[in-house]
Amino acid sequence: MSLVGKTAVVTGGLGGIGAACVEGLAEHGATVVACDVHTDGPAYPDRTVTYAQLDVRDPGAWQRVFAEEPIASSGVDILVNAAGIGGAGALHEVTLEEWNDVIAVNETGVMLGTQRVLESAARHGRGASIVNISSIWGTTATAGFAAYHASKGSVALITRNTAVTYAQAGVRANAVHPGLIDTPMSRGNSEEFNEAIIARTPLARRGTPAEVAACVLFLAGDGASFVTGASLYVDGGFSAL
Amino acid sequence: MPTGRGVGNADGLAGLPSMGGVTGKVAIVTGAARGQGAATARLLVERAAMVVLADVLDADGAELARTLGGHAQYRHLDVADAGDWAALIDHVAQCHGRLDALVNNAGIFRRAPLGEHGEDDFDALYRTNQLGPLLGMRAAFAMLAESRGAIVNIASTAAVRSVAQTVPYAATKWAVRGMTRAAAAEFAAAGVRVNCVIPGLIDTAMAHLNPSDVLDGYVEGIPLRRMGEPREVAYASAFLISDEAAYLTGAELTVDGGDTL
Repeated sequence: MSLVGKTAVVTGGLGGIGAACVEGLAEHGATVVACDVHTDGPAYPDRTVTYAQLDVRDPGAWQRVFAEEPIASSGVDILVNAAGIGGAGALHEVTLEEWNDVIAVNETGVMLGTQRVLESAARHGRGASIVNISSIWGTTATAGFAAYHASKGSVALITRNTAVTYAQAGVRANAVHPGLIDTPMSRGNSEEFNEAIIARTPLARRGTPAEVAACVLFLAGDGASFVTGASLYVDGGFSAL
Repeated sequence: MPTGRGVGNADGLAGLPSMGGVTGKVAIVTGAARGQGAATARLLVERAAMVVLADVLDADGAELARTLGGHAQYRHLDVADAGDWAALIDHVAQCHGRLDALVNNAGIFRRAPLGEHGEDDFDALYRTNQLGPLLGMRAAFAMLAESRGAIVNIASTAAVRSVAQTVPYAATKWAVRGMTRAAAAEFAAAGVRVNCVIPGLIDTAMAHLNPSDVLDGYVEGIPLRRMGEPREVAYASAFLISDEAAYLTGAELTVDGGDTL
């Protein structure tokens, strides 16, 4: 479904899932601002894709990105909150620093981005579609990863809260819950951990970032016009077991 | 209706390499003579699938298939009849040589206090809503395994939150959610994906079985403040059977305007 005429912001735009979302959105004709913490981004071949440095934890950084073009003129139709960091510490030993870092990126970052989109939607007098990347670990528990679980569960509920609160403002919000996806983040897990997840995944393999992006694209676009507050699991059947 | 750019391009998908979508897929849609099923059949035809519309409303179904043209055909199917399913699968094998997708959309609805449902109501709801999808999944599995295809079962938000006067209906729709997960796990090794769509209040003949003041009350409680269009459910089913949904199985896609938040 065409996204021509839409402006999209993707956080974590240099990461596995984020980059696939940038590519997919651009392929469907959206103007895309890919955001990440690095100072510089790649030279995108397509002029409709630009890079902006953004630390999602920083309200000032969000304000700056939204005050620049193309967003300043066009507003934002689609926000994909794909920025995320891992946090493997178990509850009994996670440091407050690690805990706060994970919450700040994975959870507060989503909140700050949502605030900017809500303001943009109000200013430009039209709606928006927010897609938040949660995780199977936003619903299912595994040992350890305390801060990651907390943040991803929170993302699911922030999404539903956004959906119910701002439905009349024309803002839809939906969550995608990826399982084990072939990304730099998951490659950082132990082999043993990843193999254990695959063993519990009916499709018996990792997902690809493009397979997650496909869900984001569906939820972002007009085909999902009656879909809001939904949680879509792209996990090879892991959560069905 | 397809645009001048041709069937399959109605949504501006022309030339996009990643959108293999449903092009060339052979799909059965049950309950396709009207409402949500008809909208699903129509959308799939627009996206260049070959659709076998199945229903018991033969006049409506045949007429719709005629309207949709060469990529659609109508077959009579009582979803609760194993013999009908066998005949349908046989026809698909003979006529098309493959089956890529099954959308178990046929459903009936009853609204009454439990004490005002008779056993015949329980039976009717069970046969169409629960037995129908089971027979369909069983009948279609072998052909779907050959093509590594996909099943979409239509559940309901009555199987998420309680809806007034729908105890037996809710039972059948919870069954659909359960069978979807169990089948997803069982069929995964064969490469057959099974997902469900959870529609909320959709503007069809089924919704209008509710009194209009009741409907108005429901709509007020929906964050998007309107009923869904049948096509909005069709989009969800089409996505779930597409190649792009290759990593989804056992998943549920709720299309309810935020109703079950």
